[in-house]
Amino acid sequence: MTRSGNPLTEWIGRATAVLPLLVVLAVCGLLPKTAAGEAYRFSLSWVPALGVELSFMIDGLSLLFALIISVVGFFVTIYAVDYLHGHSQIGRFFVFLHAFMLSMLGLVTADNVLALFVFWELTTIFSYLLIGFEHEASASRKSARQALLVTGAGGLALLAGFLLLGIITGTYEISEMVDFAAHLKAHPLYGAVLVLIFLGAFTKSAQFPFHFWLPNAMAAPAPISAFLHSATMVKGGIYLLARFYPILGGTNAWMCPLMIIGAITAVGGAIIAMGQSDLKKILAYTTITALGIMTMFLGGSATPSLTAAMTFLLVHALYKSALFLVAGIIDHQTGTRQLEKLGGLLRFMPFTAFAAAAACLSMAGFPLFFGFIGKEIMYKGALAEVMCPELAAGTAVLANALMTAVGGVLIIRPFLKGPGHYPSPVREATFFMWCGPVFLGGLDILFGIFPEWVGHWLVAPAVRAFHFSPEDIKLHLYHGINMPLLLSIITLTLGVCFYLTHRRIHDFVAKATNKMPVTASQIYEWCLEGVAGLGKLQTRLIQNGSLHRYFFIVAATFVLVTGYSFFSRAGALPLPGLPLLALREWLLIIAITAAVLTVLATRILLLAVCALGVVGAGLAIIFLSYGAPDLALTQLLVETLTVVIVSIILLRLPGLGSQTRQHPGRGLLDALLAVGAGVLVTTLLLAVLSTDLDRSITAFFEQNSYLAAHGKNIVNVILVDFRSMDTLGEIIVVATAGLAGYALIQKKRDK
Amino acid sequence: MMQSLILRTATRLLASLILVFSVYLLFRGHNSPGGGFSGALVAGTGFALYAIAEGAASVRRAIRIDPRDLIVFGMGLALASGLPAAFSEKPFLTGLWWTVAELPDYRLVLGTPFFFDVGVYAIVLGTILTLILALEES
Repeated sequence: MTRSGNPLTEWIGRATAVLPLLVVLAVCGLLPKTAAGEAYRFSLSWVPALGVELSFMIDGLSLLFALIISVVGFFVTIYAVDYLHGHSQIGRFFVFLHAFMLSMLGLVTADNVLALFVFWELTTIFSYLLIGFEHEASASRKSARQALLVTGAGGLALLAGFLLLGIITGTYEISEMVDFAAHLKAHPLYGAVLVLIFLGAFTKSAQFPFHFWLPNAMAAPAPISAFLHSATMVKGGIYLLARFYPILGGTNAWMCPLMIIGAITAVGGAIIAMGQSDLKKILAYTTITALGIMTMFLGGSATPSLTAAMTFLLVHALYKSALFLVAGIIDHQTGTRQLEKLGGLLRFMPFTAFAAAAACLSMAGFPLFFGFIGKEIMYKGALAEVMCPELAAGTAVLANALMTAVGGVLIIRPFLKGPGHYPSPVREATFFMWCGPVFLGGLDILFGIFPEWVGHWLVAPAVRAFHFSPEDIKLHLYHGINMPLLLSIITLTLGVCFYLTHRRIHDFVAKATNKMPVTASQIYEWCLEGVAGLGKLQTRLIQNGSLHRYFFIVAATFVLVTGYSFFSRAGALPLPGLPLLALREWLLIIAITAAVLTVLATRILLLAVCALGVVGAGLAIIFLSYGAPDLALTQLLVETLTVVIVSIILLRLPGLGSQTRQHPGRGLLDALLAVGAGVLVTTLLLAVLSTDLDRSITAFFEQNSYLAAHGKNIVNVILVDFRSMDTLGEIIVVATAGLAGYALIQKKRDK
Repeated sequence: MMQSLILRTATRLLASLILVFSVYLLFRGHNSPGGGFSGALVAGTGFALYAIAEGAASVRRAIRIDPRDLIVFGMGLALASGLPAAFSEKPFLTGLWWTVAELPDYRLVLGTPFFFDVGVYAIVLGTILTLILALEES
């Protein structure tokens, strides 16, 4: 890392925190509206011909996400200035960060699926840039590429799903698709739509088997992990599932995959988390667990299940972003993130310790913390399900108990237990660094004690936005003694047991993960190698660098394909007879033939080039004799210039000398191809000429070129006036080719 | 660069004539065979001849500006020639014409397509010169 920051850039960076703050205020202004169940909608025309509108809708669901994005975005912004203090690339960081934030806001408010897709992929691209922020480290680049490929590929599947949805319903507006829900679910393509949308959601939200990119994404700076990989982007998939719930959800085909994949992800992530010792890796795997739990509950159909998904979304965003920021502080102040090296931080970092404790206890699900409410409603939801409630409840208990243990490890190991070994004295982080986690941790306590408020303003409107049910949606601190409370007690007890044996579990899991025969990460590597191998293979076969082979393939393809389709429809165009030629035309043909034979026979390069020029000049004279002076002029000039340029090159090359062909048969093959191509093109042209030509276009230009474009030369008028857009494209090609050629020559010279 | 007295003397006479012809082609292109592309090819041939006879350095001295800048200039001019139409709420690149001078027998009109053609001329000439000079210097 280069340490040569610019104080001015840092101040500008800190000042940009105004942007998320304004978003927070704007979003809060809409709170009363969404709490009343209304939605705010507006749209701009973008590509009307394709049905692409920039239409936005903010309802309870969008609002909950927008609030998380902007609040966490604000704290991450002010945190990042001190975290990256002195970093030379800090300006770039803030551009990416806010660009990401705006794309994320676009994603959760877009009402048009194509606009949503654009924002979806924008978040992928900016996350790629942010994960690869330390682009000088190869691990960072590799992780960034992995995240880009996995989530980008999922995004493409999503696009296909959106297009299918658009075709089936005839609209691209999500709010209008809702009316077609019954029709969609009965449609034969319903399964395909589901698979494609699930692929998008599962890759983005790191569900099994696409979970492997998320822990690797921890190569990103800590504020990025807090923002993208816990609070916002990874929840894009969750948002998508919730948003499409009223359109696609509620069927068995929707429930089964979500519940099964969600359950596997939740438990798998939590178990692997126990085997980690890097703070950020632990947090990454528990994030996977949380995303799995949310996915599982979105597969439910009872109101409490969906309420649980939304409540837990907020619970997780609060405690996990706080914990990632804390992990960043620990890394920043002590220089290590390894659990076994840390200890006794409570003495040096009281504020950070408070934030960490609040967040960890919320994660563990202790009463009076917001996590407890989330857990209670989760159990209530699981038990209310029609489809295998035992599985859902069991999974939730197991995953939550493991998270309780992880929460315990995270707070007790670094902050309470024995002294750590640090290279230099440890101090508390700056105010701007700890204020974010303290605020977010404080919310965990506040919301835990007054859950009715959050339930009324945030959670209920969010659930109402995608689920219609007369049932009341209220969050309470205490529901009385019932099954969920019992499950909570079981969870905490189990969690304490897991905590007490966490060393053994850690060693066991670490060993087991090392011995896994096949991991998803490896399959990804194999796919990557496979693609690279395929690329190499086709390069060897097709692009082997031999100009002769390229030209042969192109010409042979042309002769075979065009020849086949021409002669297989022999009736469509009449086969022409040979036209009568005048004497001067025969002379021209003889001259051109002689020049061609010279090219073939000579061993002297310059002579060959000049003879080739004669061929071109002969053609130009043919054009001229048939009344196309413009074409003739251009042909002649290009031919001349080609001879000159090629001469400049050839003057520096050795002569062809006694260079012989490698295969004697190759010459024959070339000759056959050349004659075949010549005969084919001639026949084709004669056949075309023997039909009646449609001269209406010519007539149009003859009439209009002087009247409309003040020019008598039709060819030129077409080029610069009627079809000037085409010419513009062509000159851009010319300029690009010129600059590329220049770069090539320059590169050759530097070698 | 070729050490041929005949070539060098002939080039000195020819090069300027070729360039004048090139500009002539450019101007008359709208009504007779010619135009930006042909004109640029002629000019390119003239400069190529000059480069062969006198060397690339002489060509660089003669044209004064970097041929790559010529490409950029041409691109800018071609794009800019479409803007007047766009500003008067017509499709981009629609030709607009103004009468510059009126004489009893002649009327001189000037239109955006002319500037477009000059842009084409600059790009093509710039490209040819970029390549020829790079080749000649390597």
